Amino acid sequence: MAVLEVKNIEKHFESTKVLRDVSFDLEEGSALAIIGSSGSGKTTLLRCLNFLEVPDRGSIMVRGETLFDAARPLKEQEKDLRRKRLHFGMVFQSFNLFPQYTALENVTLSEKLLAKERPDFKQNKKEILEGIEKHGKALLEQMGLAERMEHYPHQLSGGQQQRVAIARALALQPDILCFDEPTSALDPELTGEVLKVIRGLADQHTTMIIVTHEMSFARDVADQIIFMDEGVIVEQGDARQVIDHPKEERTRQFLTKY
Amino acid sequence: MFWSVTLSLLDGLWTSFEIFIFTLLFSLPLGLVLSFGVMSRWGLLRGLIQTLVWIIRGTPLMLQLIIIFYGPGLWLGHNIWNGSESGRITATVVAFSINYACYFSVIFRGGIEGVPVGQREAGEVLGMTKSQIFFKVTLLQMIKRVVPPMSNEVMTLVKDTSLARIIAAYELTFAGYSFMKSQGITWPLFYTGVFYLAFVGILTLLFNYIERRLDYFR
Repeated sequence: MAVLEVKNIEKHFESTKVLRDVSFDLEEGSALAIIGSSGSGKTTLLRCLNFLEVPDRGSIMVRGETLFDAARPLKEQEKDLRRKRLHFGMVFQSFNLFPQYTALENVTLSEKLLAKERPDFKQNKKEILEGIEKHGKALLEQMGLAERMEHYPHQLSGGQQQRVAIARALALQPDILCFDEPTSALDPELTGEVLKVIRGLADQHTTMIIVTHEMSFARDVADQIIFMDEGVIVEQGDARQVIDHPKEERTRQFLTKY
Repeated sequence: MFWSVTLSLLDGLWTSFEIFIFTLLFSLPLGLVLSFGVMSRWGLLRGLIQTLVWIIRGTPLMLQLIIIFYGPGLWLGHNIWNGSESGRITATVVAFSINYACYFSVIFRGGIEGVPVGQREAGEVLGMTKSQIFFKVTLLQMIKRVVPPMSNEVMTLVKDTSLARIIAAYELTFAGYSFMKSQGITWPLFYTGVFYLAFVGILTLLFNYIERRLDYFR
């Protein structure tokens, strides 16, 4: 069964329709790349999944549970919003690391805050916090940042910052990890290290949605690709198929630019 | 003579210090509340606070002080501030707190709005509550941003305490002035200036220290 089912999502800002009737499924352990030119609605779609925007229409289901359904009253949607959000992890284009915390603190902060809500937190405080610390260190090591844990974000390169942000998003073990143009804010020579990390996650069958402009990366890493234009899904299918043999004229036109 | 002037000025300094410290104590939290109000979704509240800030920033602090001290007595027929020294200081602190809260609210709003939206969004997607985002993410970044403009306001406050003289509170400037008036000597006025300089000097060191402490992140 699909881990994520997105149905008929629509979103408009004022009078401009940003998303129109967007539907897709995502299988557990697969990677989906969303491509398209700027303003095609890719980022808005990702923001809807993370409840940073409220869709005007449509529904979002994760593992069969309806997280959002525009047909229901908004008040009801906001209930449990925090818990619903945790199904998704988000890696932003501009990293958005917390500047006053070290790399390790960035990764462990939310996990520590959530642990406080556990009924056994007071009793086992020490073990719980030690466990979180260990988990955070392991994640940073996985990102190749073992030497950088005590550094503050401004002491790290863009690529390193983005890898910390990926570790931070992984810390809460989301069902689906979302990337919003993870390399767009990086100097060309730094994109490689971030793409390598994402590739590693794909190899471990992390369920991912990646909004990207890196076509060859999308082709190699993603299982499925969605091409969006003017708020609609123009074409979706097997990653290599879409990139190498696009069916739609608009897709073809878009790909010739790369 | 020198010692009697010194003691007298120290007495005045204490009153100035009281006004200073109590004004900060009340105006800082009040300013934060006002800054939240002015950023609220509720248009009426926004409008009310904007009007208040306009009135308070648009009229002299001395005028506000006179109205707050003398107004209630004339309107209600009895003075709510008792006529003693402590009553005068209380009235001054009330007037100053309202005035400085308005200035602080603008500084705080700038500080909060200066923190990139992405910081809040990052907190949200990590499942933090609104208050966790404010206290664990936004607050320190905001403090870092507001320290330089705050140091300006706080130093102005030191010197504004001299306005309390208008309602005959025996603060530092009043103390220095009284010697000129009674003895016809001017050097206590310069000596008074030295007291202010020392006060502001200590604050400068304090603010430098705070800025250095917050220098570890950007």
